Amino acid sequence: MPGKLKVKIVAGRHLPVMDRASDLTDAFVEVKFGNTTFKTDVYPKSLNPQWNSEWFKFEVDDEDLQDEPLQITVLDHDTYSANDAIGKVYIDIDPLLYSEAATVISGWFPIYDTIHGIRGEINVVVKVDLFNDLNRFRQSSCGVKFFCTTSIPKCYRAVVIHGFVEELVVNEDPEYQWIDRIRTPRASNEARQRLISLMSGELQRKIGLKVLEMRGNAVVGYLQCFDLEGESGLVVRAIGTVCTLDKISNTAFLPACNSPSKEMKEIPFNEDPNPNTHSSGPSTPLKNQTYSFSPSKSYSRQSSSSDTDLSLTPKTGMGSGSAGKEGGPFKALLRQQTQTALEQREGSPHRFCRRREFPFFTLTAFPPGFLVHVGGVVSARSVKLLDRIHNPDEPETRDAWWAEIRQEIKSHAKALGCHAVVGYSESTSICEEVCILSASGTAAVLNPRFLQDGTMEGCLEQRIEETSPPGCGFFHIPYDELNMPFPAHLTYCYNCRKQKVPDVLFTTIDLPAEAMVIGKGCLIQARLCRLKKKAQAEANATSISNLLPFMEYEVHTQLMNKLKLKGMNALFGLRIQITVGENMLMGLASATGVYLTALPTPGGIQIAGKTPNDGAYEQHVSHMQKKINDTIAKNKELYEINPPEIPEEIIGSPFPEPRQRSRLLRSQSESSDEVMELDLSHGKKDAFVLEIDDTDAMEDVHSLLTDVPPPPGFYSCNTEIMPGINNWTSDIQMFTSVRVSRLSNINLTNQTLNKNFNDLCENLLKSLYFKLRSMIPCCLCHVNFTVALPEDEVIQITVTAVAITFDKNQALQTSKVPAEKTLQRASTDNEEQLQFPLELCSDPLVSQPFSPAKEVLENAGSHTGIPAAQRAASLDKASPLAEGHLRHRSVPSCTNSTVSVVKMTPLSFIPGAKITKYLGIINMFFIRETTSLREEGGVSGFLHAFIAEVFAMVRAHVAALGGNAVVSYIMKQCVFMENPNKNQAQCLINVSGDAVIVVRESELEMVPVQPSAAVSQPASAGDVTT
Amino acid sequence: MTNDLDIFVGNTTLIDEEVYQLWLDGYSVSDAVSLRLRSGILEQTGATVDVLQSDTMDHYRTFHMLERLLHTPSKLIHQLHFQIPPSRQAMLIERYYAFDEAFVREVLGKKLSKGTKKDLDDVSTKTSITLKSCRRQFDNFKRVFKVVEEMRGSLVENIQQHFLLSDRLARDYAAIVFFANSRFETGKKKLQFLTFEDFAYCAEQMIQNWTLGAVDSNVDDMDVDLDKEFLQELKELKVLIADKDLLDLHKSLVCTSLRGKISVYNEMEANFKNLSRALVNMASKLIHTKDVRDFFIDLVEKFIEPCKSDKWTLNDVRLFLTQYTTSAHNLDAFRHQALWDRYMSTIKSCLLKMYHD
Repeated sequence: MPGKLKVKIVAGRHLPVMDRASDLTDAFVEVKFGNTTFKTDVYPKSLNPQWNSEWFKFEVDDEDLQDEPLQITVLDHDTYSANDAIGKVYIDIDPLLYSEAATVISGWFPIYDTIHGIRGEINVVVKVDLFNDLNRFRQSSCGVKFFCTTSIPKCYRAVVIHGFVEELVVNEDPEYQWIDRIRTPRASNEARQRLISLMSGELQRKIGLKVLEMRGNAVVGYLQCFDLEGESGLVVRAIGTVCTLDKISNTAFLPACNSPSKEMKEIPFNEDPNPNTHSSGPSTPLKNQTYSFSPSKSYSRQSSSSDTDLSLTPKTGMGSGSAGKEGGPFKALLRQQTQTALEQREGSPHRFCRRREFPFFTLTAFPPGFLVHVGGVVSARSVKLLDRIHNPDEPETRDAWWAEIRQEIKSHAKALGCHAVVGYSESTSICEEVCILSASGTAAVLNPRFLQDGTMEGCLEQRIEETSPPGCGFFHIPYDELNMPFPAHLTYCYNCRKQKVPDVLFTTIDLPAEAMVIGKGCLIQARLCRLKKKAQAEANATSISNLLPFMEYEVHTQLMNKLKLKGMNALFGLRIQITVGENMLMGLASATGVYLTALPTPGGIQIAGKTPNDGAYEQHVSHMQKKINDTIAKNKELYEINPPEIPEEIIGSPFPEPRQRSRLLRSQSESSDEVMELDLSHGKKDAFVLEIDDTDAMEDVHSLLTDVPPPPGFYSCNTEIMPGINNWTSDIQMFTSVRVSRLSNINLTNQTLNKNFNDLCENLLKSLYFKLRSMIPCCLCHVNFTVALPEDEVIQITVTAVAITFDKNQALQTSKVPAEKTLQRASTDNEEQLQFPLELCSDPLVSQPFSPAKEVLENAGSHTGIPAAQRAASLDKASPLAEGHLRHRSVPSCTNSTVSVVKMTPLSFIPGAKITKYLGIINMFFIRETTSLREEGGVSGFLHAFIAEVFAMVRAHVAALGGNAVVSYIMKQCVFMENPNKNQAQCLINVSGDAVIVVRESELEMVPVQPSAAVSQPASAGDVTT
Repeated sequence: MTNDLDIFVGNTTLIDEEVYQLWLDGYSVSDAVSLRLRSGILEQTGATVDVLQSDTMDHYRTFHMLERLLHTPSKLIHQLHFQIPPSRQAMLIERYYAFDEAFVREVLGKKLSKGTKKDLDDVSTKTSITLKSCRRQFDNFKRVFKVVEEMRGSLVENIQQHFLLSDRLARDYAAIVFFANSRFETGKKKLQFLTFEDFAYCAEQMIQNWTLGAVDSNVDDMDVDLDKEFLQELKELKVLIADKDLLDLHKSLVCTSLRGKISVYNEMEANFKNLSRALVNMASKLIHTKDVRDFFIDLVEKFIEPCKSDKWTLNDVRLFLTQYTTSAHNLDAFRHQALWDRYMSTIKSCLLKMYHD
């Protein structure tokens, strides 16, 4: 399917002055695609050139269309010396390759230079004509749709959800090539940007091919990541979920899903092709799988944690005898298995077989009825040593690494009685030559009917007959309760009283829309640092491997404690990030805690002292206990958790009391002898005991209590929707905040480190609450923390989230006195503020027709009433001068702004609006470098400007596609390096999301929005009723 | 533990009007933080000083980046770098170009040159406005002046179009440009009682009536320069005081109509010739640049001060000037009626505006 790419360069504006003598620029443009280059004429002496070029036509293969970006370079013509580059624009033309998406890319793009940033704008029009060509052996996969959104996109229906797709490509990093020593930083950066653009195009095309083989037509939950492995190369990898999607308006069946494919779609969920004899890990829904606390398993920690195996990259490609080094017959077995799997996949023409290998789904939200049971979180980690990738065309080593991990995840899921993993994701952390690969997901039992052809038609419309009632079925245990893989405390479901449920549930998915919860949710974070000796290569990897289980255990304990402290019983959207640095490891887990009605009420936290008969000590303990109890009570009030009292006898009786004792590990060490078991029967039933026998534990308790709740009017979560809040307004603010902190004290201990890290996170959150105070009542959704350790003693935290204002009338019942004060003030101020719009509209007949249009232009906020009022409330009395000028604030020229507003959100929806069209995936990679750091305002000034530029470029691309919003936006990478002595800094940012067209619900209905009624719960509006 | 880097970037640029004002007022970050502290913001929000510091830094960085765009407001409207709702853009521009009364009184009518800029530290000490803010305001004046100086069309409209200011602020700038161009003296001690608003009003009157634009709306500099031909012609008015008969007749006409209506009749009668001479002499000398500069001093010294010393009320002044102007029409020997009206209507408006404590 070759195609014709047509490009027209229209004009430029706000160009920089390139000729100091005349204060003007003689600009021309080079348009490059593949190896073909066209040039416009020179437009002399202007900062706003009008080239109005002819159509430049490129006749290319669709393979190239998918891989290559269109490269537009703006230059300043110089008669006597070399032409100076002003900057570049890379345009990904992929969205033009599928029929339903955009048909033309047209608009103003910021001209970007990796050294100077944005330098003016250029107006470009791009079109593609595709010729149909039914070549069976084609290498392109035009037409496959990609979505970053991790749920079925809003205007589509899932006909079939086929399953997991993954691919990776590797290459040498231009930054580390010998030529980099002689070329300019600009040339090097551009080479890198171009290479990554090419690689992600290639990756997407290859994934597309797999999708076509699987008879799917789309990839949902597409997650593409870069591993900057330094010397050893550059890896671009992606995972996603293959689906056959159908536009909702279009009821016709897609021809792709017909009977011949049926054979492949049989899912052998019940039989495992690779029996995992080595599987160490019964996964617990509570405990992270990687080390087992189960006494029935007799492996030593070393062998049981296959996640921490250390493997050296073989020098001569994959699989040649590296197994011997790592010891244990066990590893060899694993190695062999993956190898056979690999062989199979290479040799076999039936490539679909291997896809069935991993029943993983990157989705986090599902059509109703899809999810039958949820088992718990499964995760696996692996420490690897990086070595140069010798042959970029054969990325088997990296492939094998991931295959191993996936295999492990799969076996963990199996141990939980689950045949699938949902909410699956993969990540890496690299420091020098050590790399930690991590994968995690939620073990689940799915309704097979969704996964096969033929039967799925009815599934979506009518709920499947299930023995368990809706709203609690997914929380019933999928495993056999008499033969549990781990110790857990089971009770009858508090909702239906028929099936068993665990006492606590951790998951990586979003809260299912049908799930019944009480009160609101909240963001829960566990933060942890561990010092590590500096070491080289293998020794380093070993010490990291040894530390990992302790970290995971501690993180888990923290999460559990904090969850109990909040009076909640389940975590959703759990994401545990372990970051490796030169001399420390960092663990950061984020999740959203909720109270599920189906699960039992969590017990409190009991503090147990180790030194008996010490009066002062006892007093101290009881004081702490009281504080904890108070906090729990306060939290319950804050999050409105008031479950109905249930008489004791109904809950427990039919079965023998499963376990009265819960097991707690305080100090973990190599030998299992030291594992302490605490008999908790003396305490309150179900209570979670914290033993404060050493200062370490004291710290833990303290840190529990130092977590400050968000100020009144604020809520936060890291999932898509906040349980308990559904009256969103359309006032949203997406933001990225970055902090880099240098640890000053040289004699660092784990404790000070923990405290520093904890303070850093807490202060960052406080800062966000303060900055966004004008949006109260408001919820921070999809709060995504990323930790990096760019240097010794330097911690970098990046947060991306969206703040959404909700209607206070329904949501602020618990607001305290200060909040009420603000509200009162807000209302009075509001009246004052209202006066001037009224003054402006002296002629109501004229002004009225304008107002809707203006609302589109405006970024939603100021017209909804509440935010405006709140903003007013936050405004302190400015100087009298300012107020004077407020009186006549009427600038007519501002309404005719040509820049259209593009909203961005990490969520899959825009509150108060409906997505009418998906225009394609946005996947952009930028490098920015400076050699005049001080002059650009230091590191903060540099990065602030760069992130603003990245936002601007994303917005410009979306606007050029005809869109007005980006959903499922994510900043996947933000690598910042500085060298203040040389006055230099460099930053790499990778972002992605789905470009969409949204229409405000008020416009759809042509009725004015009533905040309480019209803004319904948008997450699953339409197809789900709760 | 120190934060090397601490930033917050919103998709919609977050702007705190309060911090913006502090930035415009030229306060350093630390001063701004302590001022915000004093406003009791911490008590309202439960934040800490660190948070406030970081927030203030963030806003200052944003404003610093926006400043480049604010120099050419049309760029701010069309740029893609910062997503700012139009109403906020308007606020940013309006506040950036707003100026302090105390400052403008110091600079009004001065040449907007490097020399004046060097003296800004004196202005800063005198007005207790920070030097930074003085510089911004001065640069704004100069920037607007440079852009509209040689432009054709209405001064106010040009300013509005290029700087996207509100009508009122554009008018103020028109006055500043007009004063700077003709270098009217406004700083003398005797003129200290006049506010910027007084001068701005006078400037508007003069622009409307005395510039080229008042007669021909399609010439360069039409609103900035006074109509030279008109100034030349003003010499003809001299006949009103040079011709003894005419002067007497004029006086008697005015006296007749004002008898019983004006509270200072006797003083008026006694002073008529002095006042008339003063007004007509001023007219005849306006062709000289030097006398244009002293225009306001002359008005004060030769008209306002004598009237003040005789305790004329504003109403007295109004009645007198009205009669003084209209009575000239009844002088058959006086042939420059149109010229007289063009001159006197502005003088009258200015004097009435300026006649206060």
